[in-house]
Amino acid sequence: MADPTTAMPASAQPRQRRRLVRDLKAMPGFTATAWLCIVTLYLPILVLIAFSFNENRSVVLWTGFSLDWYAKALENDGIRNAAWVSVKIALFATVISTIAATMAALATTRTKKFAGQGLVYGIINQPLMIPEIVTAIATLSLFALVKKVTGLTGIGYLMLAHAAFCIPFAYMPIRARLETMTLTLEQAAADLYAPPLKVFTLVTLPLLGPGIVAGAMLAFVVSLDDVIITLMIAGPGETTLPIYILGAIRRGITPEINAVSTILVAVSVLLVMLLFLVQRRMQR
Amino acid sequence: MSGREPQSALAAAIEQNKRTERVTRAWLLAPALTIILAISILPLGITVVYSFLTPGTYGGVTWEFSTDSYVQFLFQRDIFDDTLVFNSAYVSIFLRSIGLALGATLGALILGFPTAYFIATKPREQRNIWLFLITLPFWTNLLIRTYAMLLIIRDEGIINIMLMKAGIISSPLTILYTDTAVFIGLIYSFLPFMVLPIYASLEKLDFSLVEAGYDLYANRLKVLFHVIVPLAKPGIVAGCILVFIPGLGAYITPELLGGGKKLMIGNMIAMQFGASRNWPFGSAAALILMALVILVLLLNALAARRGASNNG
Amino acid sequence: MTGTEIARDRKAAVSVRSLSKTFGQGEYAITALDSVELDILENEFFTLLGPSGCGKTTLLRLIAGFELPTNGSISLQDQDITDKPPHRRPINTVFQNYALFPHMTVAENIGFGLRMLGRPTAEIKQTTERMLALVQLEAMAGRRTDQLSGGQQQRVALARALAPAPKVLLLDEPLAALDLKLRKSMQIELKSLQAETGITFVFVTHDQEEALTMSDRIAVMKSGKILQIGTPRDIYDRPTHRFVADFIGDINILEGTVEHTDGDLATVRLKDGTRVSAHLGTASARSGDVSVAIRPENVRLASTGETPTLTGILENIVYFGAATNLHLRLGTGEEMVIRNPGAVDEGRYQPGATIGAILQPELIRVLE
Ligand SMILES: Nc1ncnc2c1ncn2[C@@H]1O[C@H](COP(=O)(O)OP(=O)(O)OP(=O)(O)O)[C@@H](O)[C@H]1O
Ligand SMILES: [Mg+2]
Repeated sequence: MADPTTAMPASAQPRQRRRLVRDLKAMPGFTATAWLCIVTLYLPILVLIAFSFNENRSVVLWTGFSLDWYAKALENDGIRNAAWVSVKIALFATVISTIAATMAALATTRTKKFAGQGLVYGIINQPLMIPEIVTAIATLSLFALVKKVTGLTGIGYLMLAHAAFCIPFAYMPIRARLETMTLTLEQAAADLYAPPLKVFTLVTLPLLGPGIVAGAMLAFVVSLDDVIITLMIAGPGETTLPIYILGAIRRGITPEINAVSTILVAVSVLLVMLLFLVQRRMQR
Repeated sequence: MSGREPQSALAAAIEQNKRTERVTRAWLLAPALTIILAISILPLGITVVYSFLTPGTYGGVTWEFSTDSYVQFLFQRDIFDDTLVFNSAYVSIFLRSIGLALGATLGALILGFPTAYFIATKPREQRNIWLFLITLPFWTNLLIRTYAMLLIIRDEGIINIMLMKAGIISSPLTILYTDTAVFIGLIYSFLPFMVLPIYASLEKLDFSLVEAGYDLYANRLKVLFHVIVPLAKPGIVAGCILVFIPGLGAYITPELLGGGKKLMIGNMIAMQFGASRNWPFGSAAALILMALVILVLLLNALAARRGASNNG
Repeated sequence: MTGTEIARDRKAAVSVRSLSKTFGQGEYAITALDSVELDILENEFFTLLGPSGCGKTTLLRLIAGFELPTNGSISLQDQDITDKPPHRRPINTVFQNYALFPHMTVAENIGFGLRMLGRPTAEIKQTTERMLALVQLEAMAGRRTDQLSGGQQQRVALARALAPAPKVLLLDEPLAALDLKLRKSMQIELKSLQAETGITFVFVTHDQEEALTMSDRIAVMKSGKILQIGTPRDIYDRPTHRFVADFIGDINILEGTVEHTDGDLATVRLKDGTRVSAHLGTASARSGDVSVAIRPENVRLASTGETPTLTGILENIVYFGAATNLHLRLGTGEEMVIRNPGAVDEGRYQPGATIGAILQPELIRVLE
């Protein structure tokens, strides 16, 4: 027999290659499952977006492209009011929760470990740990009591409720950022004669910036998307966009809802993409 | 300089430092803790109180002590002779909810584990894209996502249309307003919660262990169940909890996809504060739901502790 | 000349008095520093040397003011600074991982200290340029710090700490992250910078060779205590503790009993009866059982006809270029290493052969 290395025909070369790169990690069917997940997650939303551009009133048959439903939605006073209410609440909740979360994150990472630190984490994360419906009816009970005693009404209740459940979302990225920032930089500033306030404004805050931006964006998205808590405690005239959409769905499906929904999804997606970019920069 | 003076000055400085730190910390924590304690935790206390009161006629409560809410959960009071008769209506809603949440957890695991594994074995750049795709739905409005699901699974939805066009079925499948719809909706809603923690534990996995498995004559299935799954267990457990708990308390999914007929705990609680107007009973049901959730978390913590002490 | 003699004719820059630092409380308390006494002199390159966890960083952090001591005091040029916050001490630090501000340029980093001191802009600019020239980074002034190599970052950290012209510069293992070659050249640069600027340097390392080549004086630390302070020669040739002797280079240690003393000299009877005279130095043991130490290079092979101090059986020969180590098993059962410059005649020195060794009497020390 000839020496196998010299006798090997040229055509055998690629075959051997393929055997060499065979992926031992791959499992049969896993790739298909992953794609199935992506399709499941995205198909419904994509169909919704597509039909929001349908010219026909039908949400079944595609007849042609049109922006009519967007025009209709934007002219609708109910939708415009709801959007304005949503934005007002989200802005207030974002500002309050981001400030509170930043301060809390500084307290839990920039001072020595303290007794009760676990309890503090527990309290801050509490809104994440119990089912939203429970928080919703509990908050409703409290607010009903307060309303009865003080007679005060208004959108303030919703704003406060949103601020409360936004805090843990704002807190997460800010704390994560502070934990990766070593104390050494702040010590270096103090070593170079910066008094505590200057250390904070010239070193801590600029470095924490991306974390705060990320926290604020998360808070905004979470507030904008809330349904259950808002549904339970909103008074008359305090309809947010998701609540308006829920009511409209209950009345019947129209392409107008598809258009509003698409806008709301687009806002969230844009914010989250921005967030990813911010975090990318943070990692560098 | 006498020996004592500077020492007491040092002690004073140490004390002063500690005090400053304590005061600063208290001020920094005050806003977040105040808001959450007042708006999220205090209300839970009120809920406990409400659950022991008597319902008011137009919603709200009358301040009269009563354990009726808890009794009502299991029994019905006969209108004529005031005796208690066992009533399975509410218990069955709880059992249905637990069943649906468990089913959805299992479904999400069957879909989520392979997906997480697939992502973890991708090159780093592709991984980030996949993770982004999995995370993105989480940040979009759950109501809208559920509504979108409703659009495609209803009788005139594209799934039925496509199946009919393909000639597989002749009349539309009724999925909407059934348990199946709620089940699909729950998986769809919470799937990202399953994928992410499993991915997190698989990402840390050293894949040379898989190779070692093959090297020791295991086949793919054996490697999967004897090497990979045990190592990914913390992620799997976390994922299951993260799907089960929100699934159990789900409101939007059964509301839209169950058509208000196929109730889950969440809807039942909400109803007591709306149309049915029985706040004490709603409060009691909410507390029972919370107790279930806490039980799951406690069991998990116990298992984790036992696991840790077994290893240690 | 010994360490204490130097201390007499120069002023102390930093004086540390019975300084202690305990972390944690009760059962979990860790004593990182234990009653440390130390005088670091003006204009001196002073090194803290010791194994990991011995408290070097802690001592530096207390001097810098990042932490308050549990006990004791620190003064800077006779002024008590024990409880002054770091921004009020004219002391700067070069951090181990440089701690350059990532959101500032190289020039902004270097000018930071002067800016905080409220110096006029023109002066800041001028000093920054002078510092950039000093560390040869003029071309990098506008760069972000993450665009620099490790060695360049190291230089920026140095320039930043030197710019405000501190009274004392603290350096915590500043060279640890550099590769060997860069490390060697930075050692020389650092040393000459110190000579040029005349600033007192307190340098931390756990590399004994680095300590010996760079320092004016060295303090050897172990478990929160300073064992010996002295010039590199003191530490190397006249170690006072077994730990110091062992930590710095190789050493032969023999057990014995003091027979009598005469001033600094003690006559010690080794276990096989051989008498050697050894320097007592600061050792407190004036009688009874002691350990005596001698470096392998201070032991030589006895030539034919000479009376050896000790004899032993040759067990092993290890050749490494510039020298050869001969491992002897002495009559006392103890091991002794002789470092012979260059190679040895392998025909004559074979394992199993009986070898005579001569100990240079002036370099035998009694250990604490
Ligand atoms: N913040 C702290 N909390 C608790 N213990 C500490 C703290 N800082 C240091 N220690 C302990 O004090 C001792 C001395 O630590 P230090 O960092 O001073 O050692 P080192 O000599 O610098 O060591 P290395 O060469 O490893 O840097 C160690 O046992 C360390 O664990
Ligand atoms: Mg150290």
